[in-house]
Amino acid sequence: MKKKILYIFNWILLTGSTVIVTLFLGVILFDIFSKGLSSVSWSFISKFPGNGMTTGGILPAIIGTFLLTIVTTLFAVPFGVTCAIYLNEYAKPSLLTNIIRASIRNLAGIPSIIYGLFGLALFVQSLRMGTSVLSAGLTLGLLSLPYIITTTEEALKRIPNSMREATLALGATQFETIRDVVLPKSLPGILTGVILTLSRAAGETAPILFTGVAFYINTLTASLNQEFMALPYHLYMLSTQHNSIETVRPLAYGTSVVLILLVFTMNIVAFYIRFKHRTQE
Amino acid sequence: MIKSNSEKREKIDWLFKQLFKFTGFATIALLGGIFLMLIYNSISFFANVSPIDFFTGSQWDPGSATSKYSIIPLLASTGLVAIGSMLIAVPLGIFTAAFLSELAPKKLQTFLKPVIEMLAAIPSVAIGFLGIVLVGPGIAKIFGIENGLNALNGSVLLAVMALPTIITISEDAINAVPKSHREASFALGANKWETMFQVTLPAALPGLIAAVLLGLGRALGETMTVLMATGNASVLPEGFLDSIRTITATIAIEMGEVPYQTTHYYALFAIAAVLFMITLLINFLGEYFANRLRKFHA
Repeated sequence: MKKKILYIFNWILLTGSTVIVTLFLGVILFDIFSKGLSSVSWSFISKFPGNGMTTGGILPAIIGTFLLTIVTTLFAVPFGVTCAIYLNEYAKPSLLTNIIRASIRNLAGIPSIIYGLFGLALFVQSLRMGTSVLSAGLTLGLLSLPYIITTTEEALKRIPNSMREATLALGATQFETIRDVVLPKSLPGILTGVILTLSRAAGETAPILFTGVAFYINTLTASLNQEFMALPYHLYMLSTQHNSIETVRPLAYGTSVVLILLVFTMNIVAFYIRFKHRTQE
Repeated sequence: MIKSNSEKREKIDWLFKQLFKFTGFATIALLGGIFLMLIYNSISFFANVSPIDFFTGSQWDPGSATSKYSIIPLLASTGLVAIGSMLIAVPLGIFTAAFLSELAPKKLQTFLKPVIEMLAAIPSVAIGFLGIVLVGPGIAKIFGIENGLNALNGSVLLAVMALPTIITISEDAINAVPKSHREASFALGANKWETMFQVTLPAALPGLIAAVLLGLGRALGETMTVLMATGNASVLPEGFLDSIRTITATIAIEMGEVPYQTTHYYALFAIAAVLFMITLLINFLGEYFANRLRKFHA
């Protein structure tokens, strides 16, 4: 009897915990979508904000986040992928290689606000890029690096050594092997990691606070040295810093819906690529 | 002709090898750069404010004429909200991981994995927003207080954000325990639960500790959720219903307003340096335990 009660208790403990974790996601999505979907319309995503942010849409924030993500991609992807190639294809086990790996793991653990401070000190001030899309994009790029390196290395590891050996035996140099065999073969895996990383970067707020984001820009950001609006920052300002917070609540909900949909779409694309690639193997 | 072509190919090969190597070393430079930037600016701060005041005082009040720069209230806030989040997230996370690896049928697993990945994907600013519109009012109602922007709110939100990390790493740790351990336990007559609590989970312990430490690292370094949901009062907190202000939130609030290269400006780098050291230490510890698990089962 006592044993049976213990059984049930344990079962409830484990199942209950899992149910609670699932409920967390359910509550988050239900609250945001049930209250926010009605604010989202074509004019919401295609118009400028008006009347001191109390009406209108979020077009400049969408464009800003898009531009920011492009800068992040152009900087972090080549840098991260080449670093992963070095670690997986060239580096021999040594103290130096261990130090590189330890650096990467520690970079992944640094709080994002500290990347913001570093971006401010390096890009905005020392390199005189000012508060701009460029500074903020590069800062997010640094933040994304460790994730891109780690996921790319995982993808490179899955390519069997026999493929490399076959190409080398045919007389190709190591670089040609990487360019013509290893990279094309691991592309879906690399792409999955890159898209997942970028979806995280697109939702980040802390690193762009001091490096270029602005509350309101009345023109579309077109050049890299301008300040810009961004979706996550827009949500932060609407929900905490606006002087008529209750009036703009529907807009804040609408912005969260767009932000979460954007991030989830990127995730789904990444998982689709991974799924398709796995089933092909 | 053929010879010069192969010379060219070898040259390209060599050039790219150097490029790849360079980016590898650049990661060390990046970590070193962040470290030096924090130290350099902190030195400028400690030239004006004594480290004793910084580490022993009880007030963070940089605006006034008699500016006070003590990290203690900020550190206490950071610690309080992070520990609170772990009290919620650790049991939930480890039990969920145990459920996933030991109890859940395959079909349920394929449903729950994306749930955890989606939870991890939600931007921190959206979680902070829910702290304002959902968790805050809920806490205010339950405890009968004026507003729910306090440490408890922050702990709940940080728990949600740390859960995916804790669950994923714990599950890997539990799965890494060899099947033979379980079979040996069953063969001795132990049932499923006895095996789980007395064999599998203890064997996975180093990995579970690593999971908790990495989750804690995430909670300590999080900015937006605590900035939005904890009320931002920079006084020494006395309990979970007090409004608090973490190190990260202080940097986020004040860096936008301070003039460059003032004591206040450098002070923000000094508190960032302390946070950096703490997260570095926690990550090192986490890695130590993760390696122990690997060695143990190798």
